[in-house]
Amino acid sequence: MYDMKALYEAESVQDAVRLLEEHPEAQIIAGGSDVLVQMREGKRAGVELVSIYGLDELRGVKLEEDGTLRIGSLTSFSHITKDPLIQKYINVLGEAVDMVGGPQIRNIGTIGGNTCNGVTSADSASTLHAWDAVIELTGPQGVRLTPIKDFYIKAGKVDLRPAEIQTGILIRKESYEGYAGHYIKYAMRNAMDIATLGCSVNVKLSADKKVFEDVRIAYGVAGPVPMRAVHAEEAGRGLEVTDGNIEKIGDTVLEDVTPRDSWRASKAFREHISKVLCKRALREAVLRAGGAV
Amino acid sequence: MEEKKNPVMKHAVMTDPGSGKQYKLVRCRINGVERETMVDVRASLTDMLRNDYSLSSVKKGCEVGECGACNVIIDGECYNSCIYLAVWADGKDIRTLEGLMGPNGELSDIQQAFIDEAAVQCGFCTPGVIMSAVEILESGKEYTRDELRKLLSGHLCRCTGYENILNAVEKTMKKRLSEKEAAAGQTAE
Repeated sequence: MYDMKALYEAESVQDAVRLLEEHPEAQIIAGGSDVLVQMREGKRAGVELVSIYGLDELRGVKLEEDGTLRIGSLTSFSHITKDPLIQKYINVLGEAVDMVGGPQIRNIGTIGGNTCNGVTSADSASTLHAWDAVIELTGPQGVRLTPIKDFYIKAGKVDLRPAEIQTGILIRKESYEGYAGHYIKYAMRNAMDIATLGCSVNVKLSADKKVFEDVRIAYGVAGPVPMRAVHAEEAGRGLEVTDGNIEKIGDTVLEDVTPRDSWRASKAFREHISKVLCKRALREAVLRAGGAV
Repeated sequence: MEEKKNPVMKHAVMTDPGSGKQYKLVRCRINGVERETMVDVRASLTDMLRNDYSLSSVKKGCEVGECGACNVIIDGECYNSCIYLAVWADGKDIRTLEGLMGPNGELSDIQQAFIDEAAVQCGFCTPGVIMSAVEILESGKEYTRDELRKLLSGHLCRCTGYENILNAVEKTMKKRLSEKEAAAGQTAE
């Protein structure tokens, strides 16, 4: 038995908003692979829960008319990996979430939960940053959109206002069209582990595949929240696709990352692998974009 | 009135005025049989399957979704039932190890393979691993050893008999695939 005061099951998004307005102290529960584990650990004793798990309208991936990819917030990791639209347009996201936990966790864990928990190590978060994802939130005042970089406020805290729920994650056509990416998770085990560091990059090459028209580099666990390496991206834009330039971009990430010492790894080690993972991921992304190094 | 096939019945949470406790009528299919019971909203699916239906193959291991001992199949996909609220099972199709038993108590091929390959040591992780194996086998796909390792990575075996577990799953996968091929060959003739 879980230590909870009450459970309210939402029947629709509007119903979820209403329940959250009625019970302002309540915790939202989606798949529960964070919330229930925290409850089992004794945190959140006597909590009220608003369950949105039953809202099938928030599941699935769609391509909207303007080419925006829309991922329902309750879509499970395994469904994202298997989804043909994800495979076609942003396969790297499917690959990234295929590294979360183990198979059963990937069946219950949702991409909305993975971002709303505000955790820097979330495998989906760095890739969503790299693709300039937009977060859709629905609350008492209706729907609002926010870029993912503004959604993260600080460790464990996201811009989820009272009675709001995350209803979708959008990736606009201009964010994915012409880009190819790669994600590397560095962890101690191949499964059931949390990233020591995660690096997700994507690149857009010129028509002749010789120049980096755009470079996007994002990290998890390189700071308190997932982040973009803006200086390194700036340094990379317009450069020729050469091994030396990839080294240069990778070395510049130290201007951006601010990892810390933790029991998983030291700051120095994280800084080191920030560079190494960036370079490896860039080389793979270039290959996927049709270029060569 | 025409009877609908597999009606999805959603039930509301009810509060007991005396104790203030909340309950919900959970109607679901368990191992092919329609069942219903009143569950405390605080219960996990492990609690419901063990306590209300005496399905003791569903083990309480870590209870935080790490070890896979409580793994069951819900609507065709594997879930750790310890971190799945029992109330969410309403309207679902749930399968546990007990459901693999044949009409006269026979073991299924995958269970027999676990015995033949000595993939069972203390046996605590076995029901959970076998249910993951069932999902793998029923996909009808052929996986490499590395892929099988990844597909089974949500299970901890503290006797550490992983190689034999992999052998049992791989052997059954190959056997089923060759039987399927043979059957397809016969139809073609």
